Amino acid sequence: MDELLLARWQFGITSTYHFLFVPLTLGLSLLVAMMETVYVRTGNELYKKMAKFWGKLFLINFALGVVTGLVQEFEFGMNWSEYSRFMGDIFGAPLALEALTAFYLESTFIGIWIFGWNRLSKGLHAAAIWIVALASNLSAFWILVANSFMQAPVGYVLRNGRAEMNDFSALLTNPYVWNQFPHTVLAGLVTGGVFVMSVSAYHLLRRSQVEFFRPSFKIGLICTLAASLLVAGTGHKQAQYLAEVQPMKLAAIEALWETADPAPFTFFAAIDSAKQENSGEISIPGGLSLLVHNSLTGEVKGIKNLQQESEKQFGSGSYVPDVPSVFWSFRVMVAAGGWLLAVTALCAYYWRRGTLEDKPLLLKAAVATLAVPYIANSTGWYVAEAGRQPWIVFGLQRVEQAVSPTVSATSIWMTLIGFTIVYGVLAVIGLYLMGKFAKQGPAAPAETTESVEGKGVELWT
Amino acid sequence: MDLSVIWFVLVAVLFIGFFFLEGFDYGVGVLLPYLGRNDDERRLIIGSIGPVWDGNEVWMITAGGALFAAFPHVYATLFSGFYLALFLMLVALIIRGVGLDFRSKQPGPVWRSTWDWLIFAGSLVPALLWGVAVTNLIKGVPIDAKMNYVGTFFDLLNPYTLAGGAAFLLVFVYHGAAYLTLKLEDDLAQRARRAALVIGCFTAVACLVLVGLTYVNTDLFASVGAGISLWAAVGAFLLSYLAMRAGRTGWAFVGSGLAIVLTTATFFWGLFPRLMVSSLNPAWSLTVANASSSPLTLKVMTVAAGLLVPVVLLYQAWSYWIFRKRVTLRDLEY
Repeated sequence: MDELLLARWQFGITSTYHFLFVPLTLGLSLLVAMMETVYVRTGNELYKKMAKFWGKLFLINFALGVVTGLVQEFEFGMNWSEYSRFMGDIFGAPLALEALTAFYLESTFIGIWIFGWNRLSKGLHAAAIWIVALASNLSAFWILVANSFMQAPVGYVLRNGRAEMNDFSALLTNPYVWNQFPHTVLAGLVTGGVFVMSVSAYHLLRRSQVEFFRPSFKIGLICTLAASLLVAGTGHKQAQYLAEVQPMKLAAIEALWETADPAPFTFFAAIDSAKQENSGEISIPGGLSLLVHNSLTGEVKGIKNLQQESEKQFGSGSYVPDVPSVFWSFRVMVAAGGWLLAVTALCAYYWRRGTLEDKPLLLKAAVATLAVPYIANSTGWYVAEAGRQPWIVFGLQRVEQAVSPTVSATSIWMTLIGFTIVYGVLAVIGLYLMGKFAKQGPAAPAETTESVEGKGVELWT
Repeated sequence: MDLSVIWFVLVAVLFIGFFFLEGFDYGVGVLLPYLGRNDDERRLIIGSIGPVWDGNEVWMITAGGALFAAFPHVYATLFSGFYLALFLMLVALIIRGVGLDFRSKQPGPVWRSTWDWLIFAGSLVPALLWGVAVTNLIKGVPIDAKMNYVGTFFDLLNPYTLAGGAAFLLVFVYHGAAYLTLKLEDDLAQRARRAALVIGCFTAVACLVLVGLTYVNTDLFASVGAGISLWAAVGAFLLSYLAMRAGRTGWAFVGSGLAIVLTTATFFWGLFPRLMVSSLNPAWSLTVANASSSPLTLKVMTVAAGLLVPVVLLYQAWSYWIFRKRVTLRDLEY
């Protein structure tokens, strides 16, 4: 394999892995903050117990998010040095601002929160987790500012072969950010909500510690239901916006080869990328026009036309992303969202009727749903990033122009294998610890935070 | 003053903060298996940095981000050039970070002592590599006319840079021992002090070797100020050592911290106006002039850093104030 492909694999693996932990951090931090706030307001010890139990699971996830984030901070320089030179002005600034405004707060106050239970007043202690939660979500904003420029460049001039910033506020008000940020944060809340819901369902199914997991389940359920409706809404808005700003991505998502008016919405298609056609498809006429234009008619541009337009603008070459994988990833994401809505709506229905705990199948489905937001998060990002290909910065730099020229394939192989092994081992350990504490529940003896008093076990002599 | 010069100074400040704060975290990690003779002692040692190490590490992340924003060419050249070294450092930091969090989440001596040794290695490797990296910056590495590093991993390792690595590592370990004398109680604090006295001897030798080799290998002493500052760093370390011997461990910590601050400042001083020296042709070095961002980015970043860095310092200082007492078994959360 050549350097470019290896570097892309490395970035794909490390960033997808990192983003397994990020959404839960975004969502669960807010939920823990709310739980602790209820405790502070009402003095009800149950909510303190909640904040501690869910907080403990949160911390395992947070630790993995932090350490894998380290790699992200440096990886642009390592594998994408030409990109870094070209984009430093614009990409570096939000990254540095992310560290200054968010990482410092997060990392300092998480320490205060973990160790400060007996040292701070209740209110201050709750404030610490709020700061962690808000800073985490703020860091998502900054990184999306950076990513949005790659999707839809604004506020720049090309000078000396580099993209230079000429309007910082344009970067912050980039419509792409304001479409993507709510979608991402809400996806985080869905992930957090489902996490709380699924772990609680696990215990409700076994009728263990129900007085703790009933109210927990309710919190997770409400959060998931509200957030998944909103995430669908923001996603819809985002797709409409794509029609303006990245029509090629939209066309690839829909495997729409020819410009159409009215344009059909395709559920499934047998895609033949070589012939640039679908050999078979199941679709609703006018469906896509309705989604994009809120009307049964309206033109949606097809891949072939967009390719011609791009050639006129940028010169010869292929400007078509990998259609089948983008098409199917999008459908998996949407199906995942549909599944989430269905399961949470059913749970909510039986919850209101008070019979949910007599529905083991539904509770089992709720437990299994834990995997679903992760699938949606990953496929969603796949669509966003793969749908932008062959560009790394839309219209400005192609991926092959961005890779480090002096890093050898051998070096990338070594680090690719190295990171993959380390990440694999961490995944096993992280899952094990999460599973252990999640299954124990809050009532389990806190063996691990109590020391083995007076034993004086010699571990090293 | 030119904004790119201000950013040179700010990057130096970020590295100074990073080495001062993470320096003792690394030191504590290296000392962990040696000073802690049983599980409780090890948990106390980890607890001494428990609430703060994560915040300290952000200084490094911010320094990386600041390089990206203010000197994108340095960010690109340095990290694509020092590729495998950076990889090793990242793996070490990943393992250390996870280790500090996960170590006490599971009983069992095998689990815990495995993590202890991983924390040890995960602290030792970055401490060493930062020394190697900093000395390489000033000694010069093969950078071509297109600002690309054209050497290999092994070009980064030579007697001078290895001496730099050893000196950084030992100073950090000493600094960590000094920190532990302030954060632990009774017997453990005494043990940390005795360790500092032993390590300090080696540290002094390593520092003098580094100063001598810096004379031979770099043009640092062409700047009189940098030369004085480097000797002042050595002086600060020696005073720290004397204070440690006299049992004035608070002053010893101040001294080792000052030595780190001065050493870091010295290297940036000696580098200025360059950020990375090219060993192939002086004209190919990366400087504040040819490696910086455009003026608007620098301006935005200057305003942000001017407003935020003081606030960061305030709340980080506050977190140290909250956890100012010596660590006891009751305080442990890990």
